[in-house]
Amino acid sequence: MSAMIALDNVQKRFGSLTAVDDLTLSIARGEVLGFLGPNGAGKTTTMRMIAGFLEPTGGSIQVCGFNVATDPIEIKRRIGYLPEGAPIYGDMTCRGFLGFVAEVRGYRGAEKKRRIAEVVDTVSLNAVLNQTIDTLSKGFKRRVGLAQAILHDPDVLILDEPTDGLDPNQKHHVRELIGTMASDKAIIISTHILEEVEAVCTRAVVINQGRLVADGSAEELLARLPHHNAVAVTVPVAEAAAARAALLKLGHMGGVEDSDTKGVLTTLRVMPHNGYAPVAEVAHHLKSSDITIESLYVERGRLDDVFRVLTDDAAAGYAPRV
Amino acid sequence: MRRRDTPLVFSVAAIAKRELSGYFATPVAYVFIVIFVALSSAFTFYIGGFFERGQASLESFFNFHPWLYMFLIPAVSMRLWSEERKSGTIEMLMTLPISTVAAVIGKFVAAWAFIAVALALTFPLWITVNVLGQPDNGVIAASYAGSLLMAGAFLAIGSCFSALTRNQVIAFIVAAAVCFLFTMSGLDLVLDVFRGWAPHILVDTIASLSFLSHFDRVTKGLIDVRDLVFFVSMIALWLYATVVAVDVERGA
Repeated sequence: MSAMIALDNVQKRFGSLTAVDDLTLSIARGEVLGFLGPNGAGKTTTMRMIAGFLEPTGGSIQVCGFNVATDPIEIKRRIGYLPEGAPIYGDMTCRGFLGFVAEVRGYRGAEKKRRIAEVVDTVSLNAVLNQTIDTLSKGFKRRVGLAQAILHDPDVLILDEPTDGLDPNQKHHVRELIGTMASDKAIIISTHILEEVEAVCTRAVVINQGRLVADGSAEELLARLPHHNAVAVTVPVAEAAAARAALLKLGHMGGVEDSDTKGVLTTLRVMPHNGYAPVAEVAHHLKSSDITIESLYVERGRLDDVFRVLTDDAAAGYAPRV
Repeated sequence: MRRRDTPLVFSVAAIAKRELSGYFATPVAYVFIVIFVALSSAFTFYIGGFFERGQASLESFFNFHPWLYMFLIPAVSMRLWSEERKSGTIEMLMTLPISTVAAVIGKFVAAWAFIAVALALTFPLWITVNVLGQPDNGVIAASYAGSLLMAGAFLAIGSCFSALTRNQVIAFIVAAAVCFLFTMSGLDLVLDVFRGWAPHILVDTIASLSFLSHFDRVTKGLIDVRDLVFFVSMIALWLYATVVAVDVERGA
């Protein structure tokens, strides 16, 4: 499938500051791309360039086969965009604002009414339809922003922190919504909430200081952590030495580390070998050596750790592979 | 998925409609209209000497329009773009499928229509002068049209400076200052600054840019296409500058 969004060596400079540096990226229909990076990494700038709000200083951006530089309006017709913080005209009512967006997008009469009724239903805005946007809670405002982004059923959806400031129920609802729309669209969402990436994204991209530092599924990113798929086993302190000796006899593993001692229990970490978690072997060896196993689990690592390793210079020494 | 193309006029209409409803959603519109009508009437009677003139004309009314517009119109225009930039809604607006030209014209049209409403609400003066005597209603109609055109030119200037800053106060002050220069440029106050060193042709050009002299001719009943062309080109020029400013500044 051809790419719905294609960034080719995109660069954006603000004076002497390079916000986005040589970014190449493509997103196909059906993909939900999680866009990650620390504050100031260039996420919002990149999304603004794709949405046609900012012009890149270098490189090219294609959306649905159109070039942002030459056909910005064609692209804007096909994109639904939720800007960061969902800035919306505060003195308008929800109904008025959605009516305005529908009109600008070329819908009139019955079609306009139908579209508005549909999105209002999708994002549950019925209760506040006649309220002024200034009087709405953050969650409702965000939903109005989402409503205007999906009003025209766009092929490409770009959502800058769509769940920021929402309560857990609302977050869940928005993620569900993204999930139902995912199959026939190309979607980019930026977020700081890494669990969100695992919940809704088919792929994650991490950028740092304007450069792409990782691109893959959540699982692939997790595999970058040295302790991903390590087997953590907790045994009584008294039996720790015996356990260690038993574990060292294991074949497929990358070493044994002491990870933590709390009270009478200590946790040993059996490092994976080529990504393989020797969980059955660990259980078997310890059992045959008569060692009490208090707990045994495979460590997956957390995306937060991947994120830190990839984007925090101070933490970089922590993972030699990255 | 093909959609019907939206012609420029529909985008402009949608923008203008939204803007205009925005004026009346807040007290801004009512305050402006009341002040405009009250001030223009007060000037007509107390400073312009409407009765003392003993003439059935609205010259004493229209004479003050450049001075009123000079600070009232920047008050309308200052929010056109500054507010969008300050609140960030410009990002929402400029990622909708409309051209910058459509957005600039839409906003301008809304503000201009709003000022037209304020101007139209001075109609009791027109009735009054007809009750008191037999004025030349052709001249009055032309003066109204000329006044509206001049208001458009002031508004286009204000729109440009509003696009250049996210601070409404700066937008107001700079626009008012520039409007002042354009109003006064035919008078010695401005021309003397240039006379000492600038070539004659420059001084003449500056003098010819005076809103005051163009508008004066219209209110005296001297309807010259050149004066109308002057105001229309002023509007076009400053709106073009606004388009450039919006496109340049949104990236900054």
